[in-house]
Amino acid sequence: MAEEGQEHPISTYLWVWLLLFVLSAFSYAVDYVGFQGFTRWSLVLLFMFLKAYFICAVFMHMVWERMALVLALFIPTFSILVFIGIMGFESDYTQLSRKVFFDTGKPAKVYEVPHSKDHSKDHSDEGDH
Amino acid sequence: MTSTSKIPLKDGIEGFVSDWSSDQRAFKGVPWGKAMMWIFLLSDTFIFSIFLISYMTARWSTVEPWPNTSEVFALTVNGVSVPLLLIAIMTFILITSSGTMAMAVRSGYQKKRRQASALLYLTAILGLSFVGMQAFEWSKLIEEGIRPWDNPFGARQFGSIFFMVTGFHGFHVSVGVIFLFLIARKVQRGDYDTGRRGFFTWQKGRYEIIETMGLYWHFVDLVWVFIFAFFYLW
Repeated sequence: MAEEGQEHPISTYLWVWLLLFVLSAFSYAVDYVGFQGFTRWSLVLLFMFLKAYFICAVFMHMVWERMALVLALFIPTFSILVFIGIMGFESDYTQLSRKVFFDTGKPAKVYEVPHSKDHSKDHSDEGDH
Repeated sequence: MTSTSKIPLKDGIEGFVSDWSSDQRAFKGVPWGKAMMWIFLLSDTFIFSIFLISYMTARWSTVEPWPNTSEVFALTVNGVSVPLLLIAIMTFILITSSGTMAMAVRSGYQKKRRQASALLYLTAILGLSFVGMQAFEWSKLIEEGIRPWDNPFGARQFGSIFFMVTGFHGFHVSVGVIFLFLIARKVQRGDYDTGRRGFFTWQKGRYEIIETMGLYWHFVDLVWVFIFAFFYLW
């Protein structure tokens, strides 16, 4: 079965391991230093994709697999981007209609929580419906 | 298991076309268990994607301010508030366990039984400590009043997204830990050398099971990379 197994030099794993540690430290540092706005999310995304790439490529042996398997896995994965796009538009639209129809002009903090303590008590007494 | 075909396999796009249009076996040189694990992980990718997309939708559509995760998940050490400390430790633990898992796969293929089982046990214990810290984090946040339907820090959707995403990930880690212990025990006992049959499947296992297990474990780490970036750091 040796020909079907994935065997690679130990130094490869150790280097990638170290790299993942460094990248994690960097992404934590983004929060620790307190970057905001574009710098923050571009750095967060950069370190995230680098980490994801190295885990997939080396730890999960993706770079050594045949293209038949790689494409079977990655074409469906990238189709998720379409879904992300659709829901991005949808959430923009939802927020817009919330602002247009539900904005009372009061500050954001002022709202009554429907599930307040006495209200939830009423429900728990009713039992299962 | 049939050996790979005697006709030399082509590489690149040409290889992809000929593999997919070939008889019997599209994923050449991949044991079926590993191919099935990959297909399962693909479906799992969809599940976690749906969770993260619903998180994005909730966060972008809410008109309330989103809680500042840097403050919500801060831990006070010696009177100093350190942002995301526990989450950072959990991240490092998961990466460490990914590393030990990769080493275990390697020693498994080299038939180093004791080394492989020791590394598998280590991976399982690291995973267990991850789950423990998550339980600590959950109980701390529940104490502070975060509920799936409400929280004192801002937008109400925050609680439900938090419990759903980290809960589902924690569940994956827990299942992984159970299987890691099982496989570590089997490797330690030498099941894959003696051909002892499994208690449930009644099949003989091979050392490549460690690689299949490794795929699952690295995937759990991979998902955490995305959760860490999108939920905790964003």
